[in-house]
Amino acid sequence: MKILTEHIDVQGIETIDVFRKNGGYAAVEKALKKMTPDEVTEEVKKSGLRGRGGAGFPMGMKWSFLAKPEGVPRYLVCNADESEPGTFKDHYLMMKSPHTLIEGMIVSSYALGANTSYIYIRGELMYVATILEKAIQEAKDKGLLGKNILGSGYDLELHVQLGGGAYICGEETALLESLEGKRGNPRNKPPFPAVKGLWQCPTVVNNVESIAATSWIVNNGGDEYAKIGIGRSTGTKLISVSGHVRKPGVYELPLGITVEDFIYADEWCGGIRDGHKLKAVVAGGSSVPILPAELILKTTNGENRLMSYESLSDGGFATGTMLGSGGFVVMDETTCIVHNTLTFGRFYHHESCGQCSPCREGTGWMDKVLHRIEHGKGRQEDIDLLVDVAKKIEGNTICPLGDAAAWPVAAAIRHFRDEFEWHINHPEKATAKGAVFMREGASWSL
Amino acid sequence: MTNTQTIQFPASTLEKVHEIIKRYPEGKQKSALLPVLHLAQAEWKWCSSEVMDYVASLLSIKPVEVYEVASFYTMFHLEPVGDHVIEYCRTGPCCLMGGVEVYDHLKAKLGIETGETTADGKFTVKEVECLAACGWGPVFQIREKYYMNLTTQKVDEIIEELSK
Repeated sequence: MKILTEHIDVQGIETIDVFRKNGGYAAVEKALKKMTPDEVTEEVKKSGLRGRGGAGFPMGMKWSFLAKPEGVPRYLVCNADESEPGTFKDHYLMMKSPHTLIEGMIVSSYALGANTSYIYIRGELMYVATILEKAIQEAKDKGLLGKNILGSGYDLELHVQLGGGAYICGEETALLESLEGKRGNPRNKPPFPAVKGLWQCPTVVNNVESIAATSWIVNNGGDEYAKIGIGRSTGTKLISVSGHVRKPGVYELPLGITVEDFIYADEWCGGIRDGHKLKAVVAGGSSVPILPAELILKTTNGENRLMSYESLSDGGFATGTMLGSGGFVVMDETTCIVHNTLTFGRFYHHESCGQCSPCREGTGWMDKVLHRIEHGKGRQEDIDLLVDVAKKIEGNTICPLGDAAAWPVAAAIRHFRDEFEWHINHPEKATAKGAVFMREGASWSL
Repeated sequence: MTNTQTIQFPASTLEKVHEIIKRYPEGKQKSALLPVLHLAQAEWKWCSSEVMDYVASLLSIKPVEVYEVASFYTMFHLEPVGDHVIEYCRTGPCCLMGGVEVYDHLKAKLGIETGETTADGKFTVKEVECLAACGWGPVFQIREKYYMNLTTQKVDEIIEELSK
């Protein structure tokens, strides 16, 4: 079942003519000519679609929070600042099929009553911004953007805004600051963007994949969308797969298939690369807890773990994780967990905006301590020190970057403490080129 | 070194700046700052204080509003750089695919460390965080172009091509 990527490999799908021949822009026709904005919102609510950027918040509910004072403009801002390590699905979708996003932007902007909307894309993806701008021009030329779209009386201007290289701008209030031409420092909430967002006007910020899904919902109805998936994990999800599988890439799957199928079936990742064994997975982007092979495949109740919001988080952080952004990083037995944790710790240290002390200082200390453990200079007390620093960051910052920095370190120690100890107790062995820890009796050990 | 007199966008770029400013409501032209800094960097390779002052004057904002922004975002170079700035991704997924070895090879081939520029001024190497291309790693970027699934051999070919 594919909603977003059904036609993604069709030759020329990036052009408006081919896109339309494959059913593109039908949702704009339907929404603008046959539905009221509230009816569109109602379908999105019924669909159960949850924010695909990582938070998983119900999109229809987020839309319903939008304040609508008379005479004040409202904005829709698409969050295309995809920067969570392990995640590259929006990059893939926009690069291959830009009109899929633009169609969703028109439908969603109409539902929210926005007459100017922005796609904020990370600056590094300049070439994708060019692809989007070309597609926007095509849509304008066909009367799908601009004044009086398709004679409906609805006006919409759509602009692409380049970021400047800052993970923090994926946080919606930092993104709005950046779009106002400022440093990406997250804002205190409340007020929420739905009340005071871009230039202090009511604003909705949604992820690329979430916005793109609204076209299918308009065409087929929210109830139909809700039939796909499992329980409260409705619809399909784009999963970005990296690491040690046979076929890395972006996959669109109906939520609810088993993790085991997803990793091993030929239809999806095709299994672990030849001659190697699954050691661990980071299932939802670098910030979610890493899980060892046995816990990513099965919950502690012995049930198959599913690709869904609920199943992946089964067991809480003790034995579970999160679906997050769907950045699925697969590691085989050649992976040094300490090194991988260091790259994540270094990442968050680099990307902390510096506004809150626990995050600014804590990420620096975690980076420093992980660095010395990885380089054979670790001290006995370092493992507990890392856990302590992570705890002191968590929940004590304006935005979720603090939590995102704390969780991967805490989880790596929770599940691979012996590997950290090995680094500290056997620095010569651990720092030898290509050396990797093997746990006696583990399914991934050679 | 550039001086203030010579810092002026060509007419076509100035037109682009004015088109960008029109994307925002009246009086919100500061929103054009990041897009205009990208144009400035494309023009002058890096953001000197003279360039940033010029950008400030174009947008009718204070120079410090430009400095604080340019220094916050990693894409803006605040020091001179070479003709080709190679920005390689050092984050987890690229490292899983052999990134460290590939990047070490790159630096050895150019004879420079991260943050340095080759003596002939052709190449600068910088390490950056995740470029959102994890399934196609290791990855580096030169300006808007992504180079993916890198191997030491591919790195050799790219450098030779760009050295011509």
